[in-house]
Amino acid sequence: MADQPTATERFIQGILPENPVYRQMLGLCPVLAITNNMKAAITMAASVTFVLFCANVVTSLIRNLLKPHLRIVVFTLTIATFVTIADRLLAAYLYQMSKTLGPYIPLIIVNCIIICRCEVCASKQSIFIAGSDALGQSLGFALALSSIAAVREILGTGMFFELRVLPAAWPDWVIMALPPGAFLTFGVMLAAVNWISSKKEKN
Amino acid sequence: MMMESKDRESTGSSSILERIKKNSLVQGWLVLILALFFGSALASVQLSLGPKIEMNKLNETLDKVPELVLGASQLDEMEAKNQKLDIEPMTVNVDKNNKKVSYNVYKTTYNGKIIGWVVKTKGQGYAGNIELLVGLDSGIESITGLFILDQKETPGLGNKIVTEKWRKQFINKPTKNQLIVVKDGADALNEIDAITGATISSRSVSNILNIAITDLKGQLISG
Repeated sequence: MADQPTATERFIQGILPENPVYRQMLGLCPVLAITNNMKAAITMAASVTFVLFCANVVTSLIRNLLKPHLRIVVFTLTIATFVTIADRLLAAYLYQMSKTLGPYIPLIIVNCIIICRCEVCASKQSIFIAGSDALGQSLGFALALSSIAAVREILGTGMFFELRVLPAAWPDWVIMALPPGAFLTFGVMLAAVNWISSKKEKN
Repeated sequence: MMMESKDRESTGSSSILERIKKNSLVQGWLVLILALFFGSALASVQLSLGPKIEMNKLNETLDKVPELVLGASQLDEMEAKNQKLDIEPMTVNVDKNNKKVSYNVYKTTYNGKIIGWVVKTKGQGYAGNIELLVGLDSGIESITGLFILDQKETPGLGNKIVTEKWRKQFINKPTKNQLIVVKDGADALNEIDAITGATISSRSVSNILNIAITDLKGQLISG
């Protein structure tokens, strides 16, 4: 167990060096499905932050009681509880948004980012480190979601946060708002991230 | 002999302990306790938020009813005078080819006089169901408004059925004839302009309206 990263390291790693989407390629379902506008992307990122933070803290609290062959069941149980709470909260206070996101909120249960952080960090380290790890990873996830959503919303509808940014004469690239647009944008962004980091390595 | 039996006894008691340790209920005590704890936590969340969520669903419909019956300008006028419509939700059953179809209908009255009706109905769209509210005048002679509650049409094309620009052409359409969707500019009274690239979605909405109006026409006036 030697050389476990500290809280600050965990936090910083989650944002860019170990970005859950661009580096670990985890949790791609919401990345592709709900990034055609910024509002939905931000709501999704906030829900994931809530679930990841709570799941990490609870897992870290009970880490000494975990049995190796039952740990995944405990993780899933914890995650499912907080996802359900997030889902009900959205339905009660952001009803329209909860209708837009539809099944993708309950699907956070199977989002690999969260189970991965419980396994890699929270089940081995203290609450403080697990919490900062959750915040770092969530910030990385939010950055990835909003970078893709920004491109898709602007090119697809000429708007950003539902405010017009491109002139009305802009011919909306409908394909960007449709599922193919998600794959195209994600592919190009991923290539760009890899290109930049390979250039950095050479220097 | 005695030694042997003593040995057997001691291995027997330790194997019972082993068995208890290996029992799946003992192994899974943490899972069981967490399940109980999380279960009750979720129950209390549902208890406290459930009514609010139900209200949200109902309000979504009720909020729209006055505008669908009166139109935006007349609604503003009424609100300025602090007048309020009475909305009475009801269920109307229609016998159709020996099949029972039920509609959620909102009867709106003002000082006891019927102002109009709002009908909640749904039908197949291009992708999934389209659920909508349609406002009708007191005699079911013309459409007074249309609102799309839920749809899964293609973003950028079919989902333009929710835009006010497209919806408002339904206002004041007579119900005498079936609505027909046309692609090259609507001019007859019962014609509706299709959305470019989304003829099927446009047609679905008109068909849903046609069906609901034919079903309810006789029912609401006599009832």
